[in-house]
Amino acid sequence: MWDYTDKVKDHFLNPRNVGEIEDADGVAEVGSIACGDALKFMFKLGPDGKIAEAKFKTFGCASAIASASALTEMVKGMTVEEASKVTNQDIANFLGGLPQEKMHCSVLGREALEMAISNYQGSPGKAEEEKIVCECFGVTEKEIERAIRENRLTSVEEVTNYTKAGGGCGNCHDTIREIIDRIQAEVRDLPGRPKLSNIKKIKMIEETLEREIRPALKHDGGDIELVDVVGNRVLVATRGACASCQASNQTMKNFVEVKLRELVWPELVVEEVSA
Amino acid sequence: MKTIYLDNNATTQVAPEVLEAMTPYFSELYGNPSSMHSFGGQVNKEVRKARERMAALLGASPEEIIFTSCGTESDNAAVRSALSSYPEKKHIVTSRVEHPAIRALCAHLATQGYKITELPVDGEGRLDMEQYRKALTPDTAIVTLMWANNETGVIFPIEKAAEMAKERGILFHTDAVQAVGKIPIDLGKVPIDMLSLSGHKLHAPKGIGVLYVRKGTKFSPFLIGGHQERGRRGGTEATSSIIGLGVAAELAGNKMEYENTVVRGLRDKLEKSILGIVPNTKVNGTRDSRLPNTSNISFEFVEGEGILLMMDEFGICASSGSACTSGSLQPSHVLRAMGVPFTMAHGSIRFSLSIYNTEEEIDFVVEKIPPIINTLRSMSPYWKTGAQLCESA
Repeated sequence: MWDYTDKVKDHFLNPRNVGEIEDADGVAEVGSIACGDALKFMFKLGPDGKIAEAKFKTFGCASAIASASALTEMVKGMTVEEASKVTNQDIANFLGGLPQEKMHCSVLGREALEMAISNYQGSPGKAEEEKIVCECFGVTEKEIERAIRENRLTSVEEVTNYTKAGGGCGNCHDTIREIIDRIQAEVRDLPGRPKLSNIKKIKMIEETLEREIRPALKHDGGDIELVDVVGNRVLVATRGACASCQASNQTMKNFVEVKLRELVWPELVVEEVSA
Repeated sequence: MKTIYLDNNATTQVAPEVLEAMTPYFSELYGNPSSMHSFGGQVNKEVRKARERMAALLGASPEEIIFTSCGTESDNAAVRSALSSYPEKKHIVTSRVEHPAIRALCAHLATQGYKITELPVDGEGRLDMEQYRKALTPDTAIVTLMWANNETGVIFPIEKAAEMAKERGILFHTDAVQAVGKIPIDLGKVPIDMLSLSGHKLHAPKGIGVLYVRKGTKFSPFLIGGHQERGRRGGTEATSSIIGLGVAAELAGNKMEYENTVVRGLRDKLEKSILGIVPNTKVNGTRDSRLPNTSNISFEFVEGEGILLMMDEFGICASSGSACTSGSLQPSHVLRAMGVPFTMAHGSIRFSLSIYNTEEEIDFVVEKIPPIINTLRSMSPYWKTGAQLCESA
């Protein structure tokens, strides 16, 4: 039996916003019945330009239903631009986490949201000519690349958990491995990357903290605050549970620093200061 | 909340009389049956009695019964024994719908240089006997076919299959884990060389199994150790479990008619009621040759995990062949081998009954299922289209 959080169970047993909107501004359908889960998602903007209504219909397991329900609750009240920044991790965090094997449900939600926004903006969704890597589940190279980058995936198994790619016949495992290797090499071989201006660097650090790091720490009752950036030294102060946590130094090095190095600049060093 | 347990193909309740018979052998009568003293010797007598009871259920002789730790061990022991007894033969015949104990073992053996023929089944889960005949070659070391399928309950024509193997001098093994105790088996009349069974599927505890090996069959032990089980399976006997299994075997024999009349009747009522009330449902597996306790029903356009979790809210236990519950992202290999369409396979639920189920329980399940399916279908983007398709058809 899956270890679902109470919030997942709640959103599964009492799903919010099930249904369709007749005159929706953005509509998307992702997944297929052959793959085992499918999601139809739509939203309508209010006069203030914010999402006033969001609805869904889904075919899938409990976590797929819960993820879709969570997504509709999350985006209500957001502008389209704010909604476009919602990641699959945000959906999982909203639900208090998902089992690793079920992360693909949150990815499905993010994909649906993105496609619905594209639909609203009048641009085409998934381009037809995109290269399919996993034939069994129709997963494209771009989708796999994105999941690897956004969730720092390092193994074929993880890619399968997040995208389903490789979960069928297994013929694409080598290709997935190559994509992982390629992205890991990109992250390593950064000298070719243009140098960041200080202002840009600080901005990116702030954004990464906000989007990727603080939600995860908050999930465990902790928090972090950016104090200063001096060259490649990122000075931070810990808050909440992190401040009194024995393992906070480990968290700094293994999680905060890894994340900032990956998403901002590979030579960053995180230092904890009291502020 | 009361538990309504309709997942007896997964495991069963230990029968009260089985538990009662076992209990003294943990605390008071803990002797080793191999010991020379009478304290151990008295346990040996009970182990012998259990062996006789097991043999009686199968129509076998006591010395043909080897106690093992589980069905998986029995399956491994049987197939590996055949391969080491006939080292020159490199071919195994099996089916696409076997339990993982055989399927994964064969997949492993395929990497060791063995050739595996996996026989297909038709849409009703039936074996193609003509293909089976063609698959048997002089290089075939063993045929291993399940007697009854754990997911659909479909019964293979094992009597005929065993005879065809015998005519060609090929060893025949059957995984009868789901069949024993549910349908009559008489090994005196069927030329099966080896048969596996598992205790916890017939109201004995988990952790005890049997491998039947016909007298005169070449056998090479899987577990090499002491002289137990006449040197065919080393390791001190799990005395209490063996004694419990003996009682369970006797109980199964006594309840065979009940299983095939009352339990079958309850299963039929459950199936007929659900199919009558809920539209777009289908039974997976031929109804002509099926275990009396099993019903595998597909609910179109919904996903099995959701159904299971909603049933769980009412204390109803069953299982599903959907991708989400199989842990492999794909629906069950059995339903795929049968060519069940995705719209049906993802929404498959297996109900498996036992002698302990009551009519009230079945009525309760029949009352709860339709609203669950309605709720999930009202959320499904495919439901409306599906209903329209069916109306126009």
